[in-house]
Amino acid sequence: MTANWRLARRHGALRARARIIQEIRRFFIEGGYLEVETPLRIPACAPESHIDPVPADGWFLQTSPEICMKRMLAAGYERLFQISHCWRAGERGRMHVPEFTMLEWYRAGTDYRGVMDETELLIRFVAEGAGFGGPLSFRGKEIDITAVWERITVRDAFVRYGGITMDEALERDIFDEMMVEQIEPRLGIGRPTFIHDYPSCRSALARLKKDDPAVAERFELYLGGVEIANAFSELTDPVEQRARFESENAFRTSRGQTSTPLPEKFLAELTAMPQAAGIALGIDRLVMVLLDADTIDDVVAFPPEEL
Amino acid sequence: MYTVADLKKGLKITLDGDPYLVTAFEFSKPGKGQALYRTKMRNMITGTTLDRTYRSGETFEPARLEERQMQYLYKEDNHYTFMDNQTFEQVQMSEDAVGDAKNFMIDNIQVDVLMFGEKAIGVSLPNFVNLRVVQTDPWVKGDTSGSDSKPATVETGYVLRVPPFIEEGEMIVVDTRTGDYSTRVKG
Repeated sequence: MTANWRLARRHGALRARARIIQEIRRFFIEGGYLEVETPLRIPACAPESHIDPVPADGWFLQTSPEICMKRMLAAGYERLFQISHCWRAGERGRMHVPEFTMLEWYRAGTDYRGVMDETELLIRFVAEGAGFGGPLSFRGKEIDITAVWERITVRDAFVRYGGITMDEALERDIFDEMMVEQIEPRLGIGRPTFIHDYPSCRSALARLKKDDPAVAERFELYLGGVEIANAFSELTDPVEQRARFESENAFRTSRGQTSTPLPEKFLAELTAMPQAAGIALGIDRLVMVLLDADTIDDVVAFPPEEL
Repeated sequence: MYTVADLKKGLKITLDGDPYLVTAFEFSKPGKGQALYRTKMRNMITGTTLDRTYRSGETFEPARLEERQMQYLYKEDNHYTFMDNQTFEQVQMSEDAVGDAKNFMIDNIQVDVLMFGEKAIGVSLPNFVNLRVVQTDPWVKGDTSGSDSKPATVETGYVLRVPPFIEEGEMIVVDTRTGDYSTRVKG
């Protein structure tokens, strides 16, 4: 037998990863959160235009634990967190593995701004506790997580970094290209950046802003040009949520992709869900940034090709 | 036919009628957005590079490239003519496509010519070629300048640095990968 050297070489990264996860757990337990485990194989994920679930014996491997966790919120659980695996078919690259680790947390009685504040506290807590207290260096650029974090709207980011308006980008159907080529690489350089208020057509499960319904109360966190987390002020209107799911499915069908079943129990219980906000944070990517790893392969025990 | 997800570094594809070499490739997906494939590609004829981002579903024809063993015959009006060793067919290549290889293009040299369909787009040389020195200053014995090399012009017009003891009319061996003097041909 020969040793698996690629795996052996990850020893340091995997130890650091374990510490980071332990610190995350400590943060939430100290904050009065309940750690939960919801099923990984479920009858229906939230339908999304560009996320393909992996089928599993008639059901699906979860693309995110959000459906089950929101049902818990609706049942009166007010502070929840979960660290679980998620699957997204066909996603493979320097920043993507089809099976990855997600941290997801929800809090009743707050909105996306409350989660922004909490995310800052979490990352500072984890970085310090896991031994990454000083300024981080990622891909040759510094990220000072102790500085005041930047908050910029999607609208402002398009004008500042893309030179066109968000509406123009949507109209010309180049929103994603602009994000990937012009905007994302400039977010979270020097200090972390929250980019918020996504256009309503990208609201997913976020509620629209009361005083500006063209945008949704959704944000993403970027560190060193890398998307780390996605958060919403949760939409609690089952009629609107169903309409959005149906339009995501219609888009899928129009492109020849399979439509995915609707999470009916979630929709039925959504009326009982209190005002809340929640966030999904990619643990593999957080570890990458903290360790200045070149690819996600460096921070997981086994990339799929090595299985 | 490749789909965009099949692209990877080193793959050769046809784009707008020209062969391109994929030099960088990255899968990206902005939050809740569609999968995008960011590529850098080099035109194998002109050498210009392109940055292009594709959505999933795009397809590409592979570039049909083949290397054929040929003999260099002559140059005329900025075109180099080669003859296929097997078929005796003659092909022409522009000076641009020959590139730096022109420094080593001596009559009858055997080379590998890269063909894109019927078009000759590049040439691979043997690693070492013998070239005759046509001009170099004589070695002055007792030279105290301390210089350990001097310029020399070879039969193709190429100028390189050679050791001081090399004299006009001598044959030298040149490394075509670096363009540097390698050794003297003992004769």
